[in-house]
Amino acid sequence: MTVLTPEQHGAKAHSDGGWDSTAPGYVPVQTRDARFTSVEHDDFPAVKGIENDWKLTPVARIRPLLDDALDGAPYDYTVTEGASVSWIERTDARIGAAGTPEDRGSANAWSSFDQALAITLTGEEHVDIVLTRDSLGTSPRAAHTVITAKPNSRGTVILRSSGDAHLAENVEIVVEEGAALTVVAVQEWSDASTQLSSHFAQVGRNASLKHIVVTLGGSVVRLNPSVHLSGEGAQGDLFGLYFADAGQHFEQRVYLHHQAANTVGRVNYKGALQGEGAHTVWVGDVLIGPQASGTDSYEQNRNLVLSEGTRADSIPNLEIETGDILGAGHASATGRFDDEQLFYLQARGISEAEARRLVVIGFLAEIVQKVGNAELEAHLHAAIEKELAS
Amino acid sequence: MSVLEIKDLHVSVETEQGTKQILKGVDLTIKQGEIHAVMGPNGSGKSTLAYSIAGHPKYHVESGSVLLDGAEVLDMTVDERARAGLFLAMQYPVEIPGVRMADFLRTAKTALDGEAPALRPWIKEVNEAMKALRMDKAFSERNVNEGFSGGEKKRHEILQLELLKPRFAVLDETDSGLDVDALKIVSEGVNRAHAANDLGVLLITHYTRILRYIKPDFVHVFVDGRVAEEGGPELAERLENEGYDRFLTDEVVA
Repeated sequence: MTVLTPEQHGAKAHSDGGWDSTAPGYVPVQTRDARFTSVEHDDFPAVKGIENDWKLTPVARIRPLLDDALDGAPYDYTVTEGASVSWIERTDARIGAAGTPEDRGSANAWSSFDQALAITLTGEEHVDIVLTRDSLGTSPRAAHTVITAKPNSRGTVILRSSGDAHLAENVEIVVEEGAALTVVAVQEWSDASTQLSSHFAQVGRNASLKHIVVTLGGSVVRLNPSVHLSGEGAQGDLFGLYFADAGQHFEQRVYLHHQAANTVGRVNYKGALQGEGAHTVWVGDVLIGPQASGTDSYEQNRNLVLSEGTRADSIPNLEIETGDILGAGHASATGRFDDEQLFYLQARGISEAEARRLVVIGFLAEIVQKVGNAELEAHLHAAIEKELAS
Repeated sequence: MSVLEIKDLHVSVETEQGTKQILKGVDLTIKQGEIHAVMGPNGSGKSTLAYSIAGHPKYHVESGSVLLDGAEVLDMTVDERARAGLFLAMQYPVEIPGVRMADFLRTAKTALDGEAPALRPWIKEVNEAMKALRMDKAFSERNVNEGFSGGEKKRHEILQLELLKPRFAVLDETDSGLDVDALKIVSEGVNRAHAANDLGVLLITHYTRILRYIKPDFVHVFVDGRVAEEGGPELAERLENEGYDRFLTDEVVA
């Protein structure tokens, strides 16, 4: 039997280090959970824009968030009456409970915030909490939010962002044993706004987190959710919806970590792109750790390209460190309108414009339907209609 | 009385091997209320005829004419053809994720009529039509054709035929993949639409079995992109006994 070696295929080691790396003590970062983390801004080198983590991001447009001092003072917000929301000190034990920054923007926010906004759910009766921030202003600022779902609590936390902002922030989410939490982050910033946001979540034993990212407005919005299914039987549903117009850059690097046994993960991000220079990035990292036997995981990303001059990057990564799983898969597709769908609708008398509208709205509706808050769903449908009309 | 006339229709498609002629001069006239069966072996161009009449962008009309009461259908967009009164029941209806069947039907009805149907009578009509086709009410909440079985998709096509009330319908192998019970249900739907709206039908099929339930006035045998023989229902019986061999021999020899 002939043993095939890489050389026989003319294969080469990756330029970022591989089996033939000769540097002494060289250990490449191979596993998603082995990345460098720190809460200190200075621990991260300056971003050049060629790093794997930043090469798809228009770094020049977010320089202040990466490098400059940020205003970390508490800001104005409105919130559903009766919700448990308060400012807490940096020393509070809840801070740092869900994660640690993995990039310079996230660490800059962490180093800069004065107080964190804490949202807490305690009751077993489902509650909807809507927190709106629409007047953050045009000077670069930092924010830190801590969302805690106490054991067996039920609820939805909707974070609605609009207006002008240059915001670097971290959002920590802790879902304690048996709790069921939905977090919806809605970005409808003004055209000039920029945002770097890292969400860190820990999902406990038999708890579930539905995490939904909806990005419709802003110049550059980069929102990276990292969800750790850390308790046995935890479930993570990570959904996303984005609609990028001319010149807009919407990026989401999603990390789903199956840490404990018998966890279920579903990732589904859907996007539409329309207009010159519309750019979206979806990176989906799924890591199934050595303890995560019985894992059931699937991730997918779909992009609908509505015009010329757009770019959609879609990169699924799947790492599996145990063989004892139920299933793991990924899918990615980026395409134009399905001509057969348009033909079918038109053959029933529906005009081409109306048929296109139906197909796009139908395509994105799958995610909108996950929100579970009638008012927000209606708002999102209307907002998507508006995007299409512009 | 409405008339659909197909005159000397030549149609090609682009394939990897280049342009391929499929229809080579089709002549066919259907009057309102008539049922015409177009029968033929696989690859004879039956489905191409159906899609060309409906205006699918994949098919290029090289020459010829399709007239609906004297108006040139080939100059119309796909949706204009539907609004002029043509309907195509598709062999492979596509799934449209995120679009609820109820919304789709209402949108189509609104587009065809130029105004939204009154809600209550419309819902009643939809429910009755679904019941007649043995479709569960829950279907109207599902996305168009998504997760439907082959038989359910065909019933959905006939549901639209009954609700949208075209003047002429092309049924492209509506019988394929149906068991005998489903075939009966679907055929009854076609017969209802025929009776209710004086519908002209162009029934495209490979097999004679659907003709036990839908009685054609005329039968056209389609071979190699044109009509090779025409006759009454007796021609279908002859095909049932003899198959298409008689028509294919010439071609093989040539």
